[in-house]
Amino acid sequence: MLKYIAKRVGLAIVTIWAVATITFFLMNMVPGGPFLSEKAISPQATAALEAKYGLDKPMFQRYLTYMGDALHGDFGDSLKQRGRTVTSIILMKFPVSARVGGCAVLCSLLIGIPLGCLAALKRGKFLDSLISVVATCGIAVPSFVICTLLMYFLGVRLKLLPTMGITSWQNYIMPVMALSFYPTAYIMRLMRSSMLDVLGQDYMRTAKAKGVAGFMILFKHALRNAILPVVTYVGPLLAYTVTGSFVVEKIFVIPGLGGEFITAITGRDYTLIMGTTIFLAALIITMNVVVDIVYKLVDPRIKLK
Amino acid sequence: MKENPISFQMKLKPEDFLPATEEEKQSQVIMRESVSFWKDGMRRLLKNKVAMVSIVVIVLVMIFSFIMPAFYPYSYKTQIKGANNLAPMEYSEEEQARIDAGEKVFPHIFGTDKMGRDYAIRVMMGSRISLLVGLIATGIILVIGSAYGSIAAFFGGWTDLVMMRVVDIIYTVPDILLIVLLKFALKAPLDSLKDVPGFGWVSIVGENLISIFIVFALLYWVGMARMVRSQVLMLKESEYVTAARALGVGNGKIIKKHLLTNCIGTLIVTTTLQIPSSIFTESFLSFLGMGVAVPLPSLGSLASDAINGINTYPYLLFIPALLISLIILSFNLLGDGLRDAFDPKLKN
Repeated sequence: MLKYIAKRVGLAIVTIWAVATITFFLMNMVPGGPFLSEKAISPQATAALEAKYGLDKPMFQRYLTYMGDALHGDFGDSLKQRGRTVTSIILMKFPVSARVGGCAVLCSLLIGIPLGCLAALKRGKFLDSLISVVATCGIAVPSFVICTLLMYFLGVRLKLLPTMGITSWQNYIMPVMALSFYPTAYIMRLMRSSMLDVLGQDYMRTAKAKGVAGFMILFKHALRNAILPVVTYVGPLLAYTVTGSFVVEKIFVIPGLGGEFITAITGRDYTLIMGTTIFLAALIITMNVVVDIVYKLVDPRIKLK
Repeated sequence: MKENPISFQMKLKPEDFLPATEEEKQSQVIMRESVSFWKDGMRRLLKNKVAMVSIVVIVLVMIFSFIMPAFYPYSYKTQIKGANNLAPMEYSEEEQARIDAGEKVFPHIFGTDKMGRDYAIRVMMGSRISLLVGLIATGIILVIGSAYGSIAAFFGGWTDLVMMRVVDIIYTVPDILLIVLLKFALKAPLDSLKDVPGFGWVSIVGENLISIFIVFALLYWVGMARMVRSQVLMLKESEYVTAARALGVGNGKIIKKHLLTNCIGTLIVTTTLQIPSSIFTESFLSFLGMGVAVPLPSLGSLASDAINGINTYPYLLFIPALLISLIILSFNLLGDGLRDAFDPKLKN
């Protein structure tokens, strides 16, 4: 087990390094720079700025310096937002995205799992068809369509909920709804099919024959086995959702990490791009490793390799 | 020859060697053609009502977006004077005057946008672009993904390990970052490519569209590669692969003729389900303003443009939003139907 974890963690570190390296060179090879867009700036001032941030040095030397600093936990200063470090920007923006994303994941689990189970238990009945139709439609509607429809009906027409910012709890309702729409539909489908699979197993019949009570069979035997595919899905989902959705943050004007990342990319804020990319990649890879390990701990049928 | 009365040997008489009569031959005739893989699948597909309805919807959308613009009196980029922000079926003052004078004016079925362009034709062109991106990008993904996945699985060992790590890395790099960077990086080479003789088509297709295809080719094949890899890992242990190898068939031919043809069911299903996801991604990119360039519309950019006027002209948003959901939904349902028909093992 320890050997397996060590191997996975080692591979994860290699992957993060590779992602950082690719991003660094790709970003620097693309024409354009962080100080080009500002109009009233003399060539001397640009040169001075570039010298200050070390952009005048050769690319490979900058790469080595950056990687050395990053290993010491120093991700540099933002090139565009003067006087602020990349770490402080990420620490300020990430909690906003994480709160919205966390609520959305929680919502989709709380709605998706029970409804998926219900559909499987009532297989072929009206309720099953209804849930399946809702789930299929939910997967087909892009997030920006959901966002704008919610915005139009709840925000503009009914004037029920605030449409922008993230100051009070009411602000959370629409973004969370928009973000949790797709995962809820997906979890419903996943849960339904894995529950149907489990319900057909021999041990379910045995439990029934032994006279185990109905809800005990459901919770102790069926649910614990059927939830495994959902666990694998939730890991990466959590990583992607808490880091902020670009679309949702753009439409509801939420000052989160997703929107910040887009601004950094379009403005060529090299250090902020690097910091955010490494942060996102580390989060996604960590979630994947954790899910794999948890999966193997929970499901004894899977052998450690 | 003398017969042994207690022999267990078959007793054959000369009559047994006579030619069969016509009547006897009849029983040997195969009444029905044997059911091939395709026929079996098609039969199941034809019975599936949901899948058939989705096919009809897809065909209708294709007629709407590929054939109808040719007969439509308006163009997607002409700005009609004084016809800004017309409601559906409304006429501008000038057009109204022409109608009063007895002329026939084609109605603006979906109204016009804020630049005075007929919205119906823009929606048609938009869905054409979205469908084209979906289909071509999926083709690229299919070729790269299946080649990569089958090679990784077939050779196994170190090749597999390294190739799959590359997949992991591509999976983890934020796609939006690569898309934006690639768009800037590709701009100059595509611009210069335009002037090279033989590459005139670049300016017709548009740089943005080409860079979207390149992005798809670089990034989104990883899912397909994983799917094919898992199938080939299973198939390569089959006896016919061993037999082919014993007969001296080359590796490339085994992959092409034996392994990929045997996971054709999975390939069809994954490809069909990839189309809506490509359309999804393209609309998302266009929505963020990184997709096709103006004045060319796509369903995503139409929806994005409509957001600013959502309060007064909500139909400008609803039409493309509805259409894109409809397209994605019908491709999804068709994919599910194809899976049930061609890959029954995957059901549930």
